[in-house]
Amino acid sequence: MSDNIRESKQPSKMPGKPPRGARVSMKFDRKTIKRMLSYMKPFTPQLILVLICILVTSGASVASSVFLKTLIDDFIMPLVENSKNGITPDYSGLFGALAGMAALFLAGAVSSLFYSRIMATVSQGVLKRIRDEMFSHMQSLPINYFDTHTHGDIMSFYTNDADAMQQMLSQSIPQVLSSGITIVAVFCSMLSLSVWLTLTVVVFLIGILAITAKIAGKSGKYFMAQQHSTADLNGYIEEMINGQRVVKIFCHEEKAKEAFDGKNSDLCENICKANAYANILMPINNCLGYFLYVVLAIIGGTLAINDVPNVACFAVNVLTLGSIASFLQLSRSFIGPIGQVSQQLNAVAMAMAGAERIFTLLDEQPETDDGYVTLVNAKRGEDGELVETEERTGLWAWKHPHTADGSVTYTELKGNVVLDDVDFGYVPEKIVLHNIDIYAEPGQKVAFVGATGAGKTTITNLINRFYDIADGKIRYDGININKIKKDDLRRSLGVVLQDVNLFTGTVMDNLRYGKPSATDEECIAAAKLANADGFIRMLPDGYNTVLTGGGSGLSQGQRQLISIARAAVADPPVMILDEATSSIDTRTEAIVQAGMDALMKGRTVFVIAHRLSTVKNSDVIMVLEQGRIIERGSHEKLISEKGQYYRLYTGAFELE
Amino acid sequence: MIKTLIKCVRDAKLTAILTPIFVLAESLIEVSIPTVMADLIDNGITVGNMDNVLKYGVILIIQTLGALFFGATAGYTASRASSRFARNLRQDMYYNIQQYSFSNIDKFSPASLVTRLTTDVQRVQMAFQMITRISFRAPAMLIFAFIFAFRTDHKLSTVFLCAIPFLAIVLAIIMKLAFPMFEKTFTAYDDLNEVVEENVHGIRVVKSFVQEKHEINKFTGVSDRIYKLFSKAEKIVAFNSPAMQISVYFCVIVISWFGAHLIVESGNVDGMGLTTGGLMSLFTYTMQILMSLMMLSMIFVMMTMSKASADRVVEVLNEKSDINDGERNLTEVKDGSVEFKNVSFKYFKSAESNALDHIDLKINSGETIGVIGGTGSSKSTLVSMIPRLYDVSEGAVLVGGEDVRDYNIEALRNNVAMVLQKNVLFSGSIYDNIRWGDEHATDEEVRHVCKLACADDFIQTFPDKYDTHIEQGGTNVSGGQKQRLCIARALLKKPKILILDDSTSAVDTKTDAMIRKAFREEIPNTTKIIIAQRVSSVCDADKIIILDNGKIVDFGNHDELYANSDIYREIYDSQTKGAEEDE
Repeated sequence: MSDNIRESKQPSKMPGKPPRGARVSMKFDRKTIKRMLSYMKPFTPQLILVLICILVTSGASVASSVFLKTLIDDFIMPLVENSKNGITPDYSGLFGALAGMAALFLAGAVSSLFYSRIMATVSQGVLKRIRDEMFSHMQSLPINYFDTHTHGDIMSFYTNDADAMQQMLSQSIPQVLSSGITIVAVFCSMLSLSVWLTLTVVVFLIGILAITAKIAGKSGKYFMAQQHSTADLNGYIEEMINGQRVVKIFCHEEKAKEAFDGKNSDLCENICKANAYANILMPINNCLGYFLYVVLAIIGGTLAINDVPNVACFAVNVLTLGSIASFLQLSRSFIGPIGQVSQQLNAVAMAMAGAERIFTLLDEQPETDDGYVTLVNAKRGEDGELVETEERTGLWAWKHPHTADGSVTYTELKGNVVLDDVDFGYVPEKIVLHNIDIYAEPGQKVAFVGATGAGKTTITNLINRFYDIADGKIRYDGININKIKKDDLRRSLGVVLQDVNLFTGTVMDNLRYGKPSATDEECIAAAKLANADGFIRMLPDGYNTVLTGGGSGLSQGQRQLISIARAAVADPPVMILDEATSSIDTRTEAIVQAGMDALMKGRTVFVIAHRLSTVKNSDVIMVLEQGRIIERGSHEKLISEKGQYYRLYTGAFELE
Repeated sequence: MIKTLIKCVRDAKLTAILTPIFVLAESLIEVSIPTVMADLIDNGITVGNMDNVLKYGVILIIQTLGALFFGATAGYTASRASSRFARNLRQDMYYNIQQYSFSNIDKFSPASLVTRLTTDVQRVQMAFQMITRISFRAPAMLIFAFIFAFRTDHKLSTVFLCAIPFLAIVLAIIMKLAFPMFEKTFTAYDDLNEVVEENVHGIRVVKSFVQEKHEINKFTGVSDRIYKLFSKAEKIVAFNSPAMQISVYFCVIVISWFGAHLIVESGNVDGMGLTTGGLMSLFTYTMQILMSLMMLSMIFVMMTMSKASADRVVEVLNEKSDINDGERNLTEVKDGSVEFKNVSFKYFKSAESNALDHIDLKINSGETIGVIGGTGSSKSTLVSMIPRLYDVSEGAVLVGGEDVRDYNIEALRNNVAMVLQKNVLFSGSIYDNIRWGDEHATDEEVRHVCKLACADDFIQTFPDKYDTHIEQGGTNVSGGQKQRLCIARALLKKPKILILDDSTSAVDTKTDAMIRKAFREEIPNTTKIIIAQRVSSVCDADKIIILDNGKIVDFGNHDELYANSDIYREIYDSQTKGAEEDE
């Protein structure tokens, strides 16, 4: 009767988006399984406990089926006989048996409670481990990874793939385990009753498995097709919705509907077929179960009536009525779990596919960092020598240990940056920067000018080692940057980018992003410097206003101002301003300019700007064209040379 | 809400109605099976009557086939109905979004619209399938099984009157306790996704400021919260299955005990009272009854969970566009003249200050107009009134001498081409993208407009030229290239009015000047309205509008403004002083 006691699937908690571009395969990779199991290893004691509990629960449920035989054969039939013979039936034996069963049932129920609760902790614990590992690994990946993977794809690791794994861990695994145990236990019980009938069951089972495999295969095929068309439609919707304003302006609505309709119908067809096959699996399993029932009744009946010697596991005897009844009941308990396992196949397949994708993320090579030169606080010793110190002195030094003789030298952090004949390509075959030579003395302002795609931003990305150069050398205060620990290198460089990324949190949190120890006063001073103080005070809660969605409530210009202030708080000796004021109108820029000048004072600054007015007062201007520096010099020098810069600068007038 | 959703059933109606009927038939048969099984045991096996075994066996097989037929058909119709329903939902939502005006679009973020169209629809679809299938099956099974059990033995069946309320109450308590926990988990999930998304987008900032550890801590905090909430919720739900088991086992024991007595009384003879066969079928009914109850509670949870999704879907469906074709439905735009008559505009009715404040403006056909002003001075708002992306709050905007609200929208927008500040290219070839402007344009025409927009040069450097595939969002071309392609796309419409909303900001000054020169020479009769940050982009215009805080503070040509407008002079000098000194 415990037929399908565990069919009570909990509702799936995170129906979630189906994985985009999912490849659901029914093949399970051994390595993936092994790796997944390795995440469960720390929970071994709990899992052993779970296994024991499942054994007890399944035992109780099998016992309830077998009990029927005992009930009928050992108690009811003798009692009936007795009462027919006029003997007052004695129910005390039955009472004892029932009490024993009640105890066993209770143990089963309690074990089931235990294992569900332990499994909740284990499955969520495993998921937490995987999530945390994914995220910290993601943080260690090189920028290149983010360039080559769409944000949506990365996001889906955390949503769809993790959800699929969750589904499997918290539902499929216990289900399959307990079904498996039940199947084995029932099989043994069946053998103990009658080998002949068990053989019948085995023959039937092979048939059922073949049919299930066929239907599951079909369902799986359409399931894959469904994932495919879901990804297809989602992609289309995403693109169109993001471009909705353009669609409206070009009155492209009807066209946009046409393509949508086709994809939508495809998806509908595939969902329908995948679901239909999944939906008929259960009725078919049920039906076959009843078929088996009838066949067993006929065979069993024939055997019993003709007194065919029954071979059971332990003895040769005659099939009793109770045995047949009990066997029939057992056959129901046998078919039920098989149906349940087959229902889990899709979930398991999806989880494996998800796990595989997650593991590819985890296998991505992290950013390599062989740097050993670190940045330390320093103070001047008595003879003017640099001495390392714990306190924040405002004086920084590069600590350079020499492996050869074990000595340590200290170099003052000044902000001298030299690029010496640097070549670079995002892919080795295609070099995009050629023979770049730049000498930036501490405190100098170096500007990059050139058409979009000339390689301006790329150069700055080389200085902070977002990418590694192909050839040449970059030296920072005379130290090859490859020797400097990346974290320390980046800490010494402030960056303000064109696309501002703010984080959820208060304005104040965002300002002190680069220097968590900064005081409120420091932050406010920096905001004033960047001319952001005014509008921040106008926000509902001033500096404590919580920004959400990357500061979506602010204008692009306001976000740039915050981003400038953020860099000012971090107070690095070298600054990179990549189109930092592009969204600020020229009037505001003129106002910010004073602050910017103050910010740039005493620092080495690399500036990229379209607006030539922004770069005019630089010490050196580099004009880039297709990855090469074609002109360099001060504004005055370049104007007098009447080269490309002159043409750019006066371009608008020249054509008049 | 239900009303709106039911409208989307449409072609799924027949299957949606058939499914419950089939389901009812299936459950009725399934419930009658145990009685036949009992008969088979009582009248066949027990008495050793093979004829009866065969007879009941045949009946059982027929019943089983019937159950299979109805079950499989219901499975098919249910999936057909729900998949069609989902398709209709998506279609209606998507079509409705296509009707949205800009202010409708502003209301929803693209990400939320995408989720609504995908995940939310999927959940509603699951719920729909549940309703047509299981929500009929579970109560039907419950009632039928109870009736049959009662017929088998009414005295023993009273045990269900204890077990059913017990299980129902326990399940209700579990749901009540677990549900708020799940809801909290969902919010925590949103937080988690937000952290990931911010990090994926802002990875350069994170790395530049060396804040990886800080971000990892932030993430671990949220993932820890999810872990705690979720495992707590699951631990509560873990009571489900033991509650179910205890109810079942309770019934089994009670039925066994009293059943034994009854069988002894009847002498295990069919017709005299309870028999062993009857006992077995009672056990089966126990399972059927309590399982159905469990199913019911599950349906309840699923429905409550999908309600939030349904709400979000309905929100999209019920959003009505506030901009529709004018009653006069004018399809012809006479010329490119534009007039603002005392126009005021605010984005929200509740907004305190006007985004545009009493604007009066007259632009003649064929003129080139520059618009400059500080960040937030409503430059974009001003021009978006012309193709009627928004409706004025007060006053009127006239194009070609007629109120924009009198035009057919498509006709108006085909004649007023606007190049947006935040522009988008779509996946497809360059040809495909440019032809958004005019799908029937020849290759020659496409190349011509690309030349005008100074895009031909760089397109020729691509290996596949005009057949180069543009990635979604135009990520494989640079900012400046994208802007030029967008301009070309707008030019292909051969509009009477062309609006460039800061559309050359990423284009270098020289190219910018060349584009404007091409405009002057090639499309002299088109009214050109150019918003720019660079004063050089507008100073050669016929007239320049200086906007400040939603008001036109000055309007005139370069010389007039340079002489009279402080703001203009200030901007002009700040951007060009160096150049003039050197010349």
